[in-house]
Amino acid sequence: MSKMVPIPSTGLVPERDLNKTPVLDARNLGIDFGGLTAVDNFNLTIAPTEIAGLIGPNGAGKTTVFNLLTKVYQPTRGTILLDGHDTAGMNTIQVNKAGIARTFQNIRLFDKLTVEDNVKIGLHNHTKYTMWEGIFRLPRYWKEEKAAHDEAMDLLDIFGMQDLAGHVAGSLPYGAQRRLEIVRALATRPKLLLLDEPAAGMNPSETAELMENIRKIRDTFKIAIMLIEHDMSLVMGICEGIAVLNYGRIIAKGTPEEIQSNPEVIEAYLGKRKE
Amino acid sequence: MILFLSNLISGISLGSVYALIALGYTMVYGIAKMLNFAHGDVIMVGGYICFFATGQFGLPVPVGVLLSVIVCTVLGVVIEGLAYRPLRQAGSLAVLITAIGVSYFLQNAAQLLWTSNPKVFTSVVTLPSLSLFGLTISDETIVTILACIVIMIVLSLFISRTKLGKAMRACSEDRAAAQLMGINVNRTISLTFAIGSGLAAIAGVLLCSSYPTLMPTTGSMPGIKAFTAAVFGGIGSIPGAFLGGILLGIIESMAKAYISTNLANSIVFAVLIVVLLVKPSGLLGKYVPEKV
Amino acid sequence: MKQRQNQNAQAPTLLQRLGGIKKTTRTDFLTYIGVTVVFLVMFVLQGQGQLSNSLSGQLVPICCYIVMAVSLNLVVGVSGELSLGHAGFMSVGAFTGVIAAQSLQEAIPAGGPRLLVAILVGVIFAALAGVIVGVPVLRLRGDYLAIVTLAFGEIIKELINCLIVGWDENGLHIIFNISGTQSVNNLGLSENGIAIIKGAQGATITRISTFLAGYLLIMVTLIVVLNLMRSRSGRAIMAIRDNRIAAEATGLSVMKYKLMAFVVSAALAGGAGALYGLNFSTLVSSTFDFNTSILVLVFVVLGGIGNIWGSIISAAVLTLLPELLREFDTYRMLVYAIVLILVMLVTNNEWLRQLPERVRERMQEKKGGARP
Repeated sequence: MSKMVPIPSTGLVPERDLNKTPVLDARNLGIDFGGLTAVDNFNLTIAPTEIAGLIGPNGAGKTTVFNLLTKVYQPTRGTILLDGHDTAGMNTIQVNKAGIARTFQNIRLFDKLTVEDNVKIGLHNHTKYTMWEGIFRLPRYWKEEKAAHDEAMDLLDIFGMQDLAGHVAGSLPYGAQRRLEIVRALATRPKLLLLDEPAAGMNPSETAELMENIRKIRDTFKIAIMLIEHDMSLVMGICEGIAVLNYGRIIAKGTPEEIQSNPEVIEAYLGKRKE
Repeated sequence: MILFLSNLISGISLGSVYALIALGYTMVYGIAKMLNFAHGDVIMVGGYICFFATGQFGLPVPVGVLLSVIVCTVLGVVIEGLAYRPLRQAGSLAVLITAIGVSYFLQNAAQLLWTSNPKVFTSVVTLPSLSLFGLTISDETIVTILACIVIMIVLSLFISRTKLGKAMRACSEDRAAAQLMGINVNRTISLTFAIGSGLAAIAGVLLCSSYPTLMPTTGSMPGIKAFTAAVFGGIGSIPGAFLGGILLGIIESMAKAYISTNLANSIVFAVLIVVLLVKPSGLLGKYVPEKV
Repeated sequence: MKQRQNQNAQAPTLLQRLGGIKKTTRTDFLTYIGVTVVFLVMFVLQGQGQLSNSLSGQLVPICCYIVMAVSLNLVVGVSGELSLGHAGFMSVGAFTGVIAAQSLQEAIPAGGPRLLVAILVGVIFAALAGVIVGVPVLRLRGDYLAIVTLAFGEIIKELINCLIVGWDENGLHIIFNISGTQSVNNLGLSENGIAIIKGAQGATITRISTFLAGYLLIMVTLIVVLNLMRSRSGRAIMAIRDNRIAAEATGLSVMKYKLMAFVVSAALAGGAGALYGLNFSTLVSSTFDFNTSILVLVFVVLGGIGNIWGSIISAAVLTLLPELLREFDTYRMLVYAIVLILVMLVTNNEWLRQLPERVRERMQEKKGGARP
């Protein structure tokens, strides 16, 4: 088990750190699809600079949780507090503006645009000039575009992707596409970053690099990160708190050590597919 | 009251024609996921074939209608094979433009073959008209409505009961999976075009019997209206096409009678827009949200 | 993919930083220069009387169709929404522009300024129509949006068909002739009054459009569309086209940017309409029917979806093509249809496409990756 980054945040185990308002506080969250309960009684808090993991067998409802948090689906029950503010009535766009950014399990990039433009779209709400200033190329256009370009380049540098800035996003290799999605999400300046299987399809060395980079992102931007992942070395390696989902319900929460020794988890999940 | 009923019945009759044409649109859309803009022009071809068969060559009406159905069926299959099949993997816009090209082609070919002078179509129906409680219903109207009902029933049975019908439903649900199950997708799509075009021929003959002016552009406006009807009812849904067609016919007839002849089409289209805004996939269509 | 672990990676050079902007700027400037050069050549040839009458008469319509194609490309190519009612906005621009120009004959005797005002009026009213149509219907997707725009195009055509408009010293007189029983006589014009639009008989117009105005309108259209594409808003429009769900998750207001593309496009079509209308002595609303919308869509698709250069060339060539096919005479429209089908098959069939595709990719690499 690798050593944890020395930042005191173990909010997934809420009893331990309640000094700060949790960045995310989901209470009794649940959704039904036509009578079928996909997620139920979902309670989770994440501290402002925590790396949290959401694991569970296939079909447990992990991505559905992400879709609930980002309001791709409106929850049937429960509340989601983001930084202490209720997100009830918000849509996906407003939730993003309020501070949740995400990546997708099946990569969703702006395929025909360049890598740089993909990141600049992430910066969209922080690039302030109007349509007319853009059309007539008034001074603010040049100033803001330059700032956006510089920031996009800095963000791409996290993954050493500056050289790819001019490439079309759809033409990138798989791993680079996954990384670009993270950069784009980061560009929206979130408080909470949701990563849906960031290591899917990566080889062990790429996964190790990704782990380092996720930590680096947290340390640099001081944000909370929640990730869904099947790669146990990654989850156990970087997550400070882990929640285990099975059949739409949380069956265990705790530190990696606690999760690994939890008999229910072993039965439901780890026991079946040893990693 | 009599006037109202008479307008209603003529609306249903017009709607029956729309429904027959809309069936072709909706079946093709359901299976090939394409808007076959040339469908309206197949109606026109059907009309001309019947016109020449019965008028010029003096063939009996049933033979003329049958000939027209055969020619249009073949035409539909040929169009699909030559113009649409090579684009099976292409984007929907490319297919749409090709269909528009086919539509231009049919109209201009018809103009070259048969000139743009309007032909006066002699009705294929020569039965006495029906009088009920002071209400006169023309023979064309009765035949049109009956034909539409019979065709709807036969088609529904075909789709739900036969093996080919099942294959069609499978293809429209998931083409790739159907192929893996051993269904010949290309043949099924051809069959769909054949049925749709055959129905268009019947619609053409019935349309021209009620509105006897035949020109190379005769099919284009009914084509657009029927397309609207298909969308109105929920494109891809066969009962939807029937419902949409009938409703559209009634709305058009009522608008002409009671509001304004000049704005009849606008009213039809406005109703379509309102329906789509309230129910974005049409009256009987299924709304499939994108999976995240 | 090698990753740079070094946190203090070298700052990119100035050239690298400007790289993203520079390539597209170069393509854009080539477009402006190309259009200008062609205009100058045609202008000089026209001045020397070297153009055939039919070609000379086509110059302004060609300009209008170029503007139509480029503006429709903003919706179809850049925003990724299929619109089948673009001619409706052209129609709104044409008739409002004509009303303005005819009414202002005494107030602004000079043709040029009056044309400018007419075009502005056309732009404003078409933009308004764009908002009215766009707000409700842009929620619909794909084929449903297509049919509804088609429906709106037809509605606009029929509504204008009902208009009877005249002008006298008391101002504009407008009748909305729903019953079909009214005529110009019902307007109650004074002796000096003029009838502008006579319902289905259309409008009577004093022609003031010029080729120069056409060129200027093309340039304005290009600047608006290209600069919009290279700006924050344009990026958002293209992002929504590429992946709506990701765009929402990235905080883009999908409706706002779809509407922006739609309204800007409608406004430009209105400008084209005003120029087109004022190029003829009579104008009827059926000029701008479904077939015109389709014609412009064909320009856009054949020129390449999202490709502005392509739209310009295909609009110009395809407007002239029926003229060029004149030797086939009766067969020309048939040939046009066959050419259209063949081009679609050749460019979209995987088997037929592979070769030109590779060539195009290589060309794009050389050019430095022009945007799709």
